Amino acid sequence: MNYVIVGNSVAAVGAIRAIRALDQQGNITVISREKHNAYGRPLISYLLGGLINEKRMSYLPDDFYNQNRINLLLNSEVIGVDTQTRQVKLAAGDSISYDRLLLATGGDPFIPPIEGMSDKDRIFTFTTWDDAAKLKVISQDINRAVVIGGGLIGLKAAEGLNLLNKSVTVIELADRVLSSAFDRPAGKIVARKMKANGIDVITEDTVVRIEGDGAEISGVTLKSGDFIPCDTLIVAIGVRPAAGFLKGSNIQVNRGIVVDNSMATSAENVYAAGDVAEAADFFSDQKNPMPIWPDAYIQGDIAGTAMAGGTKSYTGGLAMNSIEFFKVSTISMGITNPANPEEFEIHSFQDIQNYQYRKIILKNNLLVGAVLVGNVDRAGIFSGLIKEKIDMQQFKENLLLPDFGFVNLSREIRDALFAPTGKSTTCLVSSRPRQDDWTLDM
Amino acid sequence: MKRIYSIEDACIGCHLCEIGCITEHSLSKDPVKAFLHEKERPISRCTVEELNGGIISLSTTCRHCDEPDCLRACISGAIQKNCEGIVCLDREQCVGCWSCVMACPYGAVQRNLSSKKANKCDLCPDRETPACVEACPNRALVYREGSQK
Repeated sequence: MNYVIVGNSVAAVGAIRAIRALDQQGNITVISREKHNAYGRPLISYLLGGLINEKRMSYLPDDFYNQNRINLLLNSEVIGVDTQTRQVKLAAGDSISYDRLLLATGGDPFIPPIEGMSDKDRIFTFTTWDDAAKLKVISQDINRAVVIGGGLIGLKAAEGLNLLNKSVTVIELADRVLSSAFDRPAGKIVARKMKANGIDVITEDTVVRIEGDGAEISGVTLKSGDFIPCDTLIVAIGVRPAAGFLKGSNIQVNRGIVVDNSMATSAENVYAAGDVAEAADFFSDQKNPMPIWPDAYIQGDIAGTAMAGGTKSYTGGLAMNSIEFFKVSTISMGITNPANPEEFEIHSFQDIQNYQYRKIILKNNLLVGAVLVGNVDRAGIFSGLIKEKIDMQQFKENLLLPDFGFVNLSREIRDALFAPTGKSTTCLVSSRPRQDDWTLDM
Repeated sequence: MKRIYSIEDACIGCHLCEIGCITEHSLSKDPVKAFLHEKERPISRCTVEELNGGIISLSTTCRHCDEPDCLRACISGAIQKNCEGIVCLDREQCVGCWSCVMACPYGAVQRNLSSKKANKCDLCPDRETPACVEACPNRALVYREGSQK
């Protein structure tokens, strides 16, 4: 069996492990347009800011590719897929045959056309190790940077530059930063923290023109008419599924590559996973791209399992982010800011002065989302309650407790979720262990 | 694989499992030195939850899941599952992003805020039986073969 995986990040790793769990013999070829072994992509802001060195970028133990007998093709871009002859075509001209193909190419940063952009040197995106490396090389010469986009990528780029003592201005079109992952109070807390650390945050505005002579940038003009002087520009508006190479193939691409719950695409023997895929949403079941690291791993695992002949079913993408900004921890998951709040039950607690915020979103007594700022300890319990669809009717008030835990649920739920005594070996979910049950087992 | 299970009915809420854990992961492995004299006191990897002044209590800890959510969420690769099935955290590699805290449905990964590193059960590699299990005076923690759930 010839497995070919296009892409070499977390979805690919999930797939490799899943394939090798079922098939020790098959050939696995991994093709990546980047020059690096799999690395912690979200760590690029840590690298830029000097918080970690290059060695710590490695996502995997050194022997991973050898141990799993991977034929690794780096610096190789796939420019097409022929599903009839079952081949992928490389930019270098050669083709590689597959029996099972995984497309895990991730996302491409989106760069809108902006007047004055074409001849300028110092315009960057911020999604790859090389992006961070390029910025690091010229960092001595950066005095003032403007970041377009106040989402996760933009803010992390801004933080990285701020750690290098650069003056940074973030410009966001929406009325607040982090508008997709967070609600207004959480966005406010983060913006306040950024401002306290010297990052200028401008909302409800955008760059309409890049100013400067020749290749050099002198500043940007905003829609409001304001001029912000800068010498470097980072475009962090968003990421799009990197599926352009599938034009002309018979693989169905909507916004991302459309997949079913085994990550199979519309073409036989072709799978997709990670940021490039468009899979079902946990709540709505509607398909949409979900550029979330843990989700990419899970999709890769499911795709790899299917490719090697096993079966696992995707339960739907659940958005979740854990990001720290200047030592303020933030975790958000699920539905955090519903468009039609009257359909939801929302409880919250805020102490903005002390950077503390906790918000719980329920629908029909099921937990569907949470936002935690400051005290994020044990946030994962919420993700478990969301995924397991536990009826929270009797426990709603408890969810805002700062030390919320399993004791705040019922014994039955605890046993079902937590299986204190090991469900399969001793007792059923509903039965309580008797004293002699466990003393005998010891 | 062998896992740690918690017997709620037997738990007296004494927190000795936490003390045993802290002691085991200290430099001296001596409780008095660990609590009074060492510069960095470890954080317990098991958590005793209590309600109504201890009427209900139980100790929770890592289940060393077959498909660990913490590993899948980890952005740095600091969390790996070793060949014995133990879900290990490489403190050097950890960047303290708390993705594992976000993902673990058992609430079993702690934040060590002073070192800015995640903290989780390692099943005490230097011991035959984990320290928390041995410290429990009422055998409310058992270490035996069993499934994750």
